[in-house]
Amino acid sequence: MSANSWTIEKARDALRAGDISAVDLTMSCLTAIDAGDALGAFVHKTPELALEQARAADQRLKAGDAPSLCGIPLGIKDLFCTKGVNSQAASGILQGFKPEYESTVTTKLFADGAVMLGKLNMDEFAMGSSNETSVYGNAVNPWKIDDRQLTPGGSSGGSASAVAADLCLAATGTDTGGSIRQPAAFTGIVGIKPTYGRVSRWGIIAFASSLDQAGPMTKSVRDAAIFLQSMSGYDPKDSTSAEIAVPDFEAALTGDIRGRVIGIPKEYRLDGIPAEIDALWEQGIAMLKDAGAEVREISLPHTKYALPAYYVIAPAEASSNLARYDGVRYGHRAKLGPGDGITEMYEKTRAEGFGAEVQRRIMIGTYVLSAGFYDAYYNRARRVRALIKQDFEAVFAAGVDAILTPATPSSAFGLGEMASADPVEMYLNDVFTVTVNLAGLPGISVPVGLDAKGLPMGLQLIGKPWDEAGLLNHAYVLERAAGFVAKPQKWW
Amino acid sequence: MSIDIDTARKVAKLARIRVEEAALPDLARELSGILTFMEQLNEVDVTGIEPMVSVTPMRLRRREDIVTDGNLQAEVLKNAPEAREGFFAVPKVVE
Repeated sequence: MSANSWTIEKARDALRAGDISAVDLTMSCLTAIDAGDALGAFVHKTPELALEQARAADQRLKAGDAPSLCGIPLGIKDLFCTKGVNSQAASGILQGFKPEYESTVTTKLFADGAVMLGKLNMDEFAMGSSNETSVYGNAVNPWKIDDRQLTPGGSSGGSASAVAADLCLAATGTDTGGSIRQPAAFTGIVGIKPTYGRVSRWGIIAFASSLDQAGPMTKSVRDAAIFLQSMSGYDPKDSTSAEIAVPDFEAALTGDIRGRVIGIPKEYRLDGIPAEIDALWEQGIAMLKDAGAEVREISLPHTKYALPAYYVIAPAEASSNLARYDGVRYGHRAKLGPGDGITEMYEKTRAEGFGAEVQRRIMIGTYVLSAGFYDAYYNRARRVRALIKQDFEAVFAAGVDAILTPATPSSAFGLGEMASADPVEMYLNDVFTVTVNLAGLPGISVPVGLDAKGLPMGLQLIGKPWDEAGLLNHAYVLERAAGFVAKPQKWW
Repeated sequence: MSIDIDTARKVAKLARIRVEEAALPDLARELSGILTFMEQLNEVDVTGIEPMVSVTPMRLRRREDIVTDGNLQAEVLKNAPEAREGFFAVPKVVE
């Protein structure tokens, strides 16, 4: 197996033992990336930077000063601002934007010696569930079962595709309504969205600020623990980042969940969900029971209202956040006609620069925030959000340690298959994940099995606030019991 | 509640996104569809429930009111589509 297919854990140990150099490990990924253009995963490649970082990592390894991520080649979602490297949120409106600063997350990763291979495809401004709204074109799922190209999910579709296809060892993602967990489930990898406030949002292009969180997308639960460790922690530059100590996540992976209480929410048993997803859920329940956990049916009564609440709150915040793209300070500016003033400049720039889904969400957000509708839509949605959060609080207060649900309502679908669908139909992809963002909780998607078509399916575990350590340990137990080792057949 | 063509035109204007007249009927229809979906929220009894403002029960921190950054004019202007004499440049706004 070539080194690009390794886990972070394996690479870390090999690097420290001197069995491979960071430069050779990086080269192995760069070669895989160049052979993987058909996946549409890497949209800006940074081989020179990667090799420079790898050489520096080798120095640190030699000196014996090597944190876990030292020399580990990663892909970075295009939503992260990376100094001097295109950071466009997969949008035409940020065409050519090269930040003069580095996001807190990438700053921390680089301080730990990580290597950046390049920037990864995504849905425009992280708005989408199929990576089909990107200005760069589609990212493609490495899993393939017939002539069709399948979606890797979204919005972190490039990250999911790159990790599943072994173009990198792991990648950053961001998750506003399921954008780490859904693509992880569609591609057979692990993805964790931490508690809101665990990871700094500074330098991550904002979509919906009260929902956005960054997290790792990896080949194993242990890798997620190692990677999240490096990303986490208080940052004075993000006023919502929490000043709470970060525990040792990897040390929490004891594999012992005896006596832990797992909640199974009855409201997540939806009509029209494929029988295979339900069966997978039952298998997951059995696995956790076998490991000594107590399984309990729970009720989260406001689950049904999470999606409509989300699709008020997220567009409202987006309409405000995306007001800054006006053709003045960065990115695209429309060519103006004779007599055009500043208003025409704004309107033409935004019409040309934003794609259809982003425009739609900005306008929905503008509408629900406008005078006369603010209370009826936005404030009502925020009240419902409070109720959704209370549902979870009640369950945790009653002694539940973690909640097990499906990650997605289906396995990966074909690119283009939802093109004629109503926007709302696409939104249903987030039905199991969006509650977690509204409540600010940590959630992780773990690959558990293949469906009859041969596509990966994942289960989601939801944890208590700030209990990523416990959540990762539950996920670790599920991962070991499921023994998911399938890999996509290489066609690219 | 459905959005008519006039409302769609007004929303596009507020959002500062140019939408051609011919595209307004489709836009109105799409936005109406999404609003219909949101209308489920009216089923929920929210009496006495405060709108959620913070995900975690914590106060936003205030930092010391001191200068932490500055003298970055070149960096700030570097990505501007048009910059002149140390400023962002835009079409004339005052006659």
